[in-house]
Amino acid sequence: MKKSHYIALGLVALLVLVVLNLPARTAARLKLAVGSLFLPLFGLASASQQAAGKTADTLTPRGELERQNEALRRENQMLRAQELQHADLAKENERLRALVNWQRRAPWKLKLARVVLRDPANWWRTVQIDAGSRDGVRENMPVLTAEGLVGRVQSVSLTRAQVVLVGDPNCKVSARVRETRDDGIVAAGGPFDSSLVEFTHLERGANLKAGQNVETSGMGGIFTNGIPIGKIVDVRPAQFGLYTEARVKLNANLAGLDEVFVMIP
Amino acid sequence: MNKLRLILILFAAFLAVFWEAAFPGTSRWLKAQVDLLPALMVFASLSVNLPGVIALAVCGGLFFDSLSANPLGISILPLFTVGFLIFIRRELILRDQAYAQFFLGLAASAVAPLLSVLLLLTGGHQLLLGWGSLWQWFVMSAGGAISTPILFFVFDWCERAFGPSRVTESSFRPDREIRRGRN
Repeated sequence: MKKSHYIALGLVALLVLVVLNLPARTAARLKLAVGSLFLPLFGLASASQQAAGKTADTLTPRGELERQNEALRRENQMLRAQELQHADLAKENERLRALVNWQRRAPWKLKLARVVLRDPANWWRTVQIDAGSRDGVRENMPVLTAEGLVGRVQSVSLTRAQVVLVGDPNCKVSARVRETRDDGIVAAGGPFDSSLVEFTHLERGANLKAGQNVETSGMGGIFTNGIPIGKIVDVRPAQFGLYTEARVKLNANLAGLDEVFVMIP
Repeated sequence: MNKLRLILILFAAFLAVFWEAAFPGTSRWLKAQVDLLPALMVFASLSVNLPGVIALAVCGGLFFDSLSANPLGISILPLFTVGFLIFIRRELILRDQAYAQFFLGLAASAVAPLLSVLLLLTGGHQLLLGWGSLWQWFVMSAGGAISTPILFFVFDWCERAFGPSRVTESSFRPDREIRRGRN
């Protein structure tokens, strides 16, 4: 090797050491600055996706559209009826809470955001959304879809936020089985199937069955209780029978996320 | 020519990283996202000088990490290692042969993510790893192997299209002309 090769090696190693050892705040700002170089391409990508969507709409036959319209109309009527019933229940709940002096539960405030980027590395499960601190998004806010929990906000910039998804080792959720009230932790899933996650640290001998619903328990301070997560697929004893583990199929389709809600307290 | 090539390579790295993050086509079908940066690094290490290789490693690594949950700068070293190893042996490599490009792309795309994962694990990060990661590693290696000859073809075409055309040397030389007949 020539002398210049050694110099190059040393320079790159030094640069990497310097960048990796930057203070967290400076590194985050630098990351944001480099990431903002991609801003012009975001518009291009969304425009191309919209164009593809419009083309698909144009190609959908009229009969199919009418059928979809009819199905949506029926669903809308059913939801209206359910809303009336829920409004009654909510009033009753509020009255009973007032009677026993319980704190009133604040309704969820949801901010709609679009998923703009996915993590290019295969060893993380994160996405970036087009809502940032200017939209009121803060770190650790829960992110969900109409089907269920998606993850939590990991970092926030002015216009974008990075969301770590359920199933990533950095997004552990305190959860409970709705039917049996058994508590556990929803931890990482496998790298292959994003719809399956591990539900661990369940009590030994817990009466769990496939098909039972898993939701957030509210413990841990990040996720409010009652957000649906998924359904149990199978159950097995873990650590020589010390506790029980289950596999949970997530309600939200993490592989096909387009729009999500950020839950703002 | 070298500067134009370097600019094209850096621009390609920028677009490649954006494509990987914005269009998860392969990750939906194959359950793994193909990384084009190692393939680009193979082309760069066989086509530009050492500062060019460093520029691609630094810019490509920073682009990748800025859109990923990776700590900023972690991808620079694996990319540079791959590029550097090819660069110091480039006189011995048959640059224009498609099979050589294929195998270099395969090796580079296999080594770079492995080094990144090792660095992250050394740094104490918890990663999403399991048996399925072997499949993802295979897809990344195969994707890099296939895309390397394609990248060589595209860059050669771009240089022919945008770069100055080569002056072709004619075999005719007046001082070597054989004059027949008398005088």
